Amino acid sequence: MHFNKCSEATRNPNPTPDLNPNLNVSKTMQAAYFLRAFTVINSASPTSSTMQRRRSIRRAAYASMARAAGNRRAWSRAVLRRLHRGVCLSSSARRVVIRRRIRVSRPREPGQADVLRSLVPGGKAMDFCNLLEETATYIQCLSAQVRRGRKDIRWVYYPG
Amino acid sequence: MSSRRSRITEEEINELISKLHSLLPESRRRSGASRASAAKLLKETCSYIKSLHREVDDLSDRLSGLMATLDTNSAQADIIRELLRS
Repeated sequence: MHFNKCSEATRNPNPTPDLNPNLNVSKTMQAAYFLRAFTVINSASPTSSTMQRRRSIRRAAYASMARAAGNRRAWSRAVLRRLHRGVCLSSSARRVVIRRRIRVSRPREPGQADVLRSLVPGGKAMDFCNLLEETATYIQCLSAQVRRGRKDIRWVYYPG
Repeated sequence: MSSRRSRITEEEINELISKLHSLLPESRRRSGASRASAAKLLKETCSYIKSLHREVDDLSDRLSGLMATLDTNSAQADIIRELLRS
């Protein structure tokens, strides 16, 4: 997918508007991004299976989310690192990745803290306080990305 | 060995947790939530993140399926290509 507005979540409440101010309709921009992404994905491997395309789209979704947040958040840095390494981003796919274990002292924490750590990218290396802050922006960006995805699908049916 | 973070107060943690709580959708917020324990709120947050992940997966599924059927030679694709060129 494409860049979303999650930069709002990590910065100020007045984000910069569309990249090209001459295009006065953001829907058009969105449609353009969508078709561009579609063209790129399709031309890269026109005979790829739906499964491979799905993976590409998923990666693009998380990539655009992380790039929009930039280096400002630990979770976005973690996502970008994983993308560079070609590591599977999904928590549903089981793949063994050898990681460096970073030991962090864990004073009293609610039991769910570890579950949260496994859900937020880079969470395992964070102390509890950072984890809570990172989780907040991660949720905001994820939900913005989901909203974008729904709009993309609606656009396919109602491109007007 | 105390790190610089060891003096985070319970109050600060509670504040961060309630901020998380405010990010949950309406349906996931309990009534009288101010009294819900930190553990319950975290649990709800985890469940919400998992559902968002599932939704990204689901949307990717649907989009990739749609892409397979979308005719790139259609008129709407031509219009968008023109826009990309301008």
